[in-house]
Amino acid sequence: MIRLSINGLEASFEKGTTLLEAARFLGFPIPTLCHMEGLSPYGACRLCVVEIGEGQGAKLVTSCTYPVEEGLHVRTASTRVMRARRMIIELLLASCPQSKVIQDLASEHGVRRQRFRQEHETCILCGLCVRMCEEQMAAGAIGFRGRGERRSIGTPFDITSEICRQCGGCIYVCPACQLRCTYNAPEKAICGGCANLQPPCLEKERFDDMMCYMEPCAACEIKKD
Amino acid sequence: MKPSAHTDSKPQQQARAGSLIAALEEIQARHGYLPQKALLELHKRTGASLVDIYGVATFYRAFSLKPRGKHLVSVCLGTACHVNRAPVVAREVERLLDIKAGDTTNDREFTLETVNCLGACALGPVVVVDGHYFPAVSPAKVSEILQSSRDGLNNVTVETDQRVFPLAVACARCNHSLMDPTHPIDGHPSIRVTAAFDSKHGWVALSCLYGSYNVDNEYEIPEDVVVNMFCPHCHAELLGGGTCLECGAPMVPMIVRGGGIVQICSRRGCRGHMLDVSGAIFA
Repeated sequence: MIRLSINGLEASFEKGTTLLEAARFLGFPIPTLCHMEGLSPYGACRLCVVEIGEGQGAKLVTSCTYPVEEGLHVRTASTRVMRARRMIIELLLASCPQSKVIQDLASEHGVRRQRFRQEHETCILCGLCVRMCEEQMAAGAIGFRGRGERRSIGTPFDITSEICRQCGGCIYVCPACQLRCTYNAPEKAICGGCANLQPPCLEKERFDDMMCYMEPCAACEIKKD
Repeated sequence: MKPSAHTDSKPQQQARAGSLIAALEEIQARHGYLPQKALLELHKRTGASLVDIYGVATFYRAFSLKPRGKHLVSVCLGTACHVNRAPVVAREVERLLDIKAGDTTNDREFTLETVNCLGACALGPVVVVDGHYFPAVSPAKVSEILQSSRDGLNNVTVETDQRVFPLAVACARCNHSLMDPTHPIDGHPSIRVTAAFDSKHGWVALSCLYGSYNVDNEYEIPEDVVVNMFCPHCHAELLGGGTCLECGAPMVPMIVRGGGIVQICSRRGCRGHMLDVSGAIFA
């Protein structure tokens, strides 16, 4: 057993547990996009960053890939962590604004501006679908191709894969294409529709007047009418 | 899957990925690019998953999934070249060849690629054709460069003797010319490669006359020693030629300008060689 403290709370965990599992076990929420139970940790979305170490040696690490260490002091919601997380969400918004999952994260974390050039990607390259296909469906029909800004996910040679059984697992886990934010995107696409909703959200204590956790998003539905 | 199970499988995965690159290099050396058929065959033969093979093949710039032209034109778009109006030069090359960067002309003469720095910043904007550096290129000079490449930058006149004739060869991987006009052997530019044996590592100049075995080298290579030969430009080992029919040592393949592959035995003193100019690679 390995003893460590998370947000000042001392606890011991088995060797090989990740910081994310440990923090969630203790009830500290850590947002994630590319993590899913049953799939190997990947560390692509960086949303799960936590701060470890003391003073000058303090650093941010992805909790989903970092194993518990003896005597580690972990902060899951320090100022530095929250700032990094908000920046990551802002960057995700800049590339993939139509994802409801990302818009919800933005609402929850109080991200109210998006300072980057707006793009409309359909993929955030989190690799969930690739791992789903390979590890749970034992198929390996899709994978990463290319690198840098040309990196993409798809089948080899862009032809219909012989291995694919069309199980739909890849679409099921996708945070970018599964739930569409139907809010009509302005220049800098932050939905925030739920922020001005009446009556206000019942869970407004926790989500600071945001109501994006309804499905379908109530604000989107009202806009449509 | 448990996290520990995942970390355990890593070295194995890395070993597979390593041999995968070697296998892809072999295919690239044989065909000049990676044909879809060859990749599917590799998948069937080795059992490596097709997404892994395709992922690796598209990740590295050394691999090309499209057939390459006879001449490789690299336009440098590094910082120094960029401020010296290299993008204008690149656009001019694209216009004259009527292709985009990364493509090959329909007649398979030229492949155009843009690179991020060639390390020759003082000469900018730099254009490199088959290993020949053209400094301070202006858009007006582009057509001249392309024409001289078409005519052949290392042109060697063909002799009348049928058994002894010169070859102009290039590295199968980076397509750079291996011809060295500054070091003639038998009155022709020599073929310059890097050779390694024991712990020695030095240049070797081979006669480009097919049928001549004259060699000049930095370190004297003892008879019967098998050497590893490398391209002096991309430093890749010249691999994938199969084995010598005479002595069983690995053959060293090189691409013949104008189509075809020549293979020479890597054992010093062995006269095994093979020439295939059927033009199979560009067929």
